[in-house]
Amino acid sequence: MKDARTEVWTKCAALAVTILLCAQVVEAHIQKGEAAGFWSGVRHPISGLDHVLAMIAVGLWGAQLGAPAIWLLPVAFPMVMALGGMMGLMGIPLPGTEIGIAASAILLGSAVMFESRPRLLIAASLVGFFAIFHGYAHGTELPPGQSGLLYGIGFVIATGCLHGVGIAIGLIHRWRWGQKVVRLAGAGVAVAGLLFLWMALK
Amino acid sequence: MTRARRIKRGIGLTFVVLVLIGMMPTRVEAHLNSTGMGPVYDGLLHFLMSPEDLIPVFALALFAGLRGAAYGRRALFVLPSAWFLGGLAGLASTGNGNSLLTTMSFLLLGGLVAADAQISLRATTAIAAMLGLAHGYLNGTGMGQPGVGALALLGLVFIVFVLVALCAAFVMRLRRPWTRVAVRVMGSWIVASGLLLLGWNLRGKF
Repeated sequence: MKDARTEVWTKCAALAVTILLCAQVVEAHIQKGEAAGFWSGVRHPISGLDHVLAMIAVGLWGAQLGAPAIWLLPVAFPMVMALGGMMGLMGIPLPGTEIGIAASAILLGSAVMFESRPRLLIAASLVGFFAIFHGYAHGTELPPGQSGLLYGIGFVIATGCLHGVGIAIGLIHRWRWGQKVVRLAGAGVAVAGLLFLWMALK
Repeated sequence: MTRARRIKRGIGLTFVVLVLIGMMPTRVEAHLNSTGMGPVYDGLLHFLMSPEDLIPVFALALFAGLRGAAYGRRALFVLPSAWFLGGLAGLASTGNGNSLLTTMSFLLLGGLVAADAQISLRATTAIAAMLGLAHGYLNGTGMGQPGVGALALLGLVFIVFVLVALCAAFVMRLRRPWTRVAVRVMGSWIVASGLLLLGWNLRGKF
């Protein structure tokens, strides 16, 4: 059984190396800003620590809450976030965006730190409410001249992957030491949120 | 020599022969004029490079895979056929791309995947047919000359068939609950992208 698995992995590795060795066309000059739009979108959520910490906190909290929250939050969050992004793209004003983002880090970090277990509807509503602020910030910061569709796809994928990272880290919650580490991570997010709030109010 | 060693030696020899064949210089068909395959590849690559067509097809394949083999088979044959018919109709007329249609495709199909909606086979067939006809028509209107356009359409329909077959078959084999949830998360990403596209289209209209 173990040999068979090793053989499969060896074959996969050989295939991956072969693919990497294939000569590709060099796309040095991206046309119409399409790939640029996608990569701008991917980079946007991971270039700001406020977004990264809040998204990871969502994943950590989902892992703490367990099923069905662990999968409901990552399914619901991108859709609600996109509503905020839509408002940003359309130019609808949303006051206090930066404060909302900072508050999301404080509250989500605190929820992880105290391992609070509200009803699923309340947890989903809280996460959804803050998702609007994060989406709005992404929507308003679309660089000019780039493809809105590819930018949107890029930042949705990046956000989803950040949730995945949070959930993956949160899986250590099954061990006692892991529970402490996750709560400590939540405390770190909350403290960072306070710093973001101070910067937003300054 | 044992049987196992003979087999190993045979595989080794075959590998060496294949590598030698692979290293033989052949004629470079850089411009595809001589083979006549150019428009076919154009159509194929056009689809792969157009997220507005690619993602709804991907979403339908995911949905059909989640629902089971009967749905997968139906989507596999109905979607490419409808796409081809729509494309032929589009070749015979002129028009412009409609981004609202793309938005609706993203929202509807992504929503079905995210909700793991249990709709009938007949409804799925209707959705596949509508998707194929509408997107095929839009592709057809942008393809220019009917002769070349029809070849491009063939390439496009071929890749739609392959994509639906691969994706639906892959999703159908998923049994563990978390893998199906991962597919639904992808559906939510498609809905989110559709909402953002809607915002992009409505930009500056308020």
